[in-house]
Amino acid sequence: MRIFDPHIHMTSRTTDDYEAMYAAGVRAVVEPAFWLGQPRTSVGSFVDYFDGLLGWERFRASQFGIAHHATIALNPKEANDPRCLGVLDVLPRYLEKDGVVAVGEIGFDSMTDAEETVMVRQLELAGEHDLPVMVHTPHRDKVAGTRRTLEIVQQVGLPPERVLVDHLNEKTVDLVDDAGCWAGFSVYPDTKMDEDRMVAILERRGLDRVLVNSAADWGRSDPLKTYRTGQAMLAGGYTDDDVDRVLWRNPVAFYGQSGRLLLDDGSLDATVGASAADFEGNTLQRGEPVGLA
Amino acid sequence: MIADIDAKLLLGTDQEERLAPLLTEVRRDPATLTRHVARAARVVGRGPGPYGHRVEDVARARLLLAACETLGPQAAADVVAEQYGSGDADERRAVLIALPALDAGPEGIGDAAVPVVLDALRTNDTRLVAAAMGPYAAEHLPDDAWRHGVLKCLFTGVPLAAVAHLEARRDAELDRMVRALADERRAAGRDVPDDATRLLAR
Repeated sequence: MRIFDPHIHMTSRTTDDYEAMYAAGVRAVVEPAFWLGQPRTSVGSFVDYFDGLLGWERFRASQFGIAHHATIALNPKEANDPRCLGVLDVLPRYLEKDGVVAVGEIGFDSMTDAEETVMVRQLELAGEHDLPVMVHTPHRDKVAGTRRTLEIVQQVGLPPERVLVDHLNEKTVDLVDDAGCWAGFSVYPDTKMDEDRMVAILERRGLDRVLVNSAADWGRSDPLKTYRTGQAMLAGGYTDDDVDRVLWRNPVAFYGQSGRLLLDDGSLDATVGASAADFEGNTLQRGEPVGLA
Repeated sequence: MIADIDAKLLLGTDQEERLAPLLTEVRRDPATLTRHVARAARVVGRGPGPYGHRVEDVARARLLLAACETLGPQAAADVVAEQYGSGDADERRAVLIALPALDAGPEGIGDAAVPVVLDALRTNDTRLVAAAMGPYAAEHLPDDAWRHGVLKCLFTGVPLAAVAHLEARRDAELDRMVRALADERRAAGRDVPDDATRLLAR
């Protein structure tokens, strides 16, 4: 089973997780920029976080044979803090970089006017930088938030196939399917979705335009939930090819719209984790283990 | 301030053709440097290059050289610091690779880019550490920082062949530090890096 986790916050995870993920078949991830649990108070704090996503975390993943990409945005929660709004001014610089495959996570938390203003501006930025968008749907009042999100996406005029609406469930999936956007599902130990409900949704609406992720972070979560969903699909009668479609080809198709995925599966421009980097005539593998003594 | 482009900073014909319009644009409007550097791998190419460095490293280094070619040393150093600070890890490595060319000639940047090299040596990213220990570091890093750079290569598995002018700058204090590393490893029952053994045998 080869797995592309299209939403996982690896800065919050350990090297044990990277090893377990590789052993389970994870070869690529997308890490969306998000809230850190502790609210930030300045733009500089975001700059260091974004640099970490595109620098150290990418390098750390490559040490474990996993290609790491990021989505960059001002998240909905912190869109409400005026001290953080300057992040919008630094986004254009980040949205040009190689490892950035979408604008995200944008969306609603409490559905405030500030959140809506920031979401609209970032949807426009996605168009200006020719990137797809990853939209978080709120944990509270999810159906209303999802409906309003889809209205805004339509008003801004982004093609629906370039928009992923994430954290869906039985109550919101049809809205997203009807809009023609990609449907994302976060499979969690005891909130959001679980493996069996995920399989039931797949049986009902099919395997088109669907992404399954672990969304693992610093909360109670499991970076192997993608793998476990694949196992549940097989137990439910799906074929290996069906699992490969959901857990690999679908995320490659969605994020591949950025033109910036770097995978070594031979299907795309291969660099990360595979080829040799040459320093002053000496070959040094990217991802060579580092002694962190 | 750049007289000639080092042969290591040349690309294949097709890659040079794709790079040329970007160089023209950066010379015309230096404010476009950051954007073209970020996009360089997608426009010019990626992977091993014809003369040692990677294609994207050379493309980015050449864009930086183009932005600096009419500037004096201090203004060039400011552009270097800005480009390093705003870059991702790959873009930062390209800045480090460009330093020897920026240092060439009487109008070279001299010691002004040392802070950038020290920043790279504070990371644990082996690609940055290796690029930081090139000819510019050999020429300009203070002794203590240079010795710790060599030691960091041994710690992080960067081949010592990445350290420019190692034999010329090596001194008794570096040898003592490397011997201490080897002693510590042996005391812990761990392997001594081959490069450390080889250095001490020379």
